Amino acid sequence: MARRYDTRTTIFSPEGRLYQVEYAMEAISHAGTSLGILATDGILLAAERRNTNKLLDEVFFSEKIYKLNDDMVCSVAGITSDANVLTNELRLIAQRYLLQYGESIPCEQLVSWLCDVKQAYTQYGGKRPFGVSILYMGWDKHYGYQLYQSDPSGNYGGWKATCIGNNSAAAVSSLKQEYKENETTLAEAQALAVKVLSKTLDMTKLTPEKVEMATLTRKDNKTIIRVLTSSEVEKLITDFEKSEAEAEAAKKQPPKS
Amino acid sequence: MKDDEEKIFRVSDKLVMGVVGDSGDTTQFAEYIAKNIQLYKMRNGYELGPTAAANFTRRNLAEYLRSRTPYFVNILMGGYDKENGPELYFMDYLASSVKVPFAAHGFGGYLSLSIMDRYHKKDLTEEQAYEVLQKCVKEVHKRLFVSLPNFQVTVVNRDGIKVLPVIDSSSSK
Repeated sequence: MARRYDTRTTIFSPEGRLYQVEYAMEAISHAGTSLGILATDGILLAAERRNTNKLLDEVFFSEKIYKLNDDMVCSVAGITSDANVLTNELRLIAQRYLLQYGESIPCEQLVSWLCDVKQAYTQYGGKRPFGVSILYMGWDKHYGYQLYQSDPSGNYGGWKATCIGNNSAAAVSSLKQEYKENETTLAEAQALAVKVLSKTLDMTKLTPEKVEMATLTRKDNKTIIRVLTSSEVEKLITDFEKSEAEAEAAKKQPPKS
Repeated sequence: MKDDEEKIFRVSDKLVMGVVGDSGDTTQFAEYIAKNIQLYKMRNGYELGPTAAANFTRRNLAEYLRSRTPYFVNILMGGYDKENGPELYFMDYLASSVKVPFAAHGFGGYLSLSIMDRYHKKDLTEEQAYEVLQKCVKEVHKRLFVSLPNFQVTVVNRDGIKVLPVIDSSSSK
């Protein structure tokens, strides 16, 4: 019955829903997880790499994490080809602003601009929406460190910690319990990210090839964006497994009376 | 002939722009820039700093320069930035832009520039700066036989925009 209202994006269903937008979000929920955490001294984005085939030639440094300008990085979840179009557009928007005003675009303006583009695809043109959700991390002089999330509908929000992609709901509730606002340092956030990712990766064990992580910090009035090396990721994973093992052992100990 | 033309436009809370050139072009361009900067403030909840506003103004001048409808205006833009303090930008009709400690446009500028060069120091007080301006105006009135009597003075500092007394021909007495 709902099928009649599916074919064109620009139509409401009788219940007042936009099915194409919802289907786009459904597509994203099957894609590789991406999560972001705001810390007191920086921000981090972590993503699950799905293309771990050994035959893949390492042309790109990063599969899901993209640098947008000197002060902003984003991570995507969803259809990769759609994501490429949007990240290119984000870079264009950022450079146009830099050309016009001579300074870096403030984070929210970049997100807002792209979301206006995404929204247009839900209202006119007869084209399907982009099947991508994006997490943005950045710094600007107005609001400092910021984390944003946008989805195919063109809605966006600012977050302290959030997750998109496969098992994102479970990850978000996990983050809600473990994240301590104004008390989480970048190092703690990295450990937390590994912990949450290990839960969302269905059944498979965490390895450095499966995880991408990038951090954004400020030093001497400049933004430093770093993609962690696989040995750094490996160390985080081993630390996590060690603390898990310790927690398991503590549980097995009979409670001291 | 009109001797009380308002050439200094209020662009935002801590930014002013003095515009000279073809009449019509001056008001049109100044208002266009001022309203665009207000629009930015409405959209984003914060104001453009003086550097960004100067960049924006210069870019507009540059784009219109190679069109069928260039703006024949010379601009001095002054503003106060919380992080970087007061800033002055000199822009001309060929879309050049440079940050300077003091500047002047027009024939009077030829005389004023040397006076300012001689008397300007870093960290002048407002009173001292006003006196330097008075010296410049005095020289302009003395040397240019076609010059106008009144000079409007506007100050921008951390508290906003303030208008100081007009320097007129009585200052040369």
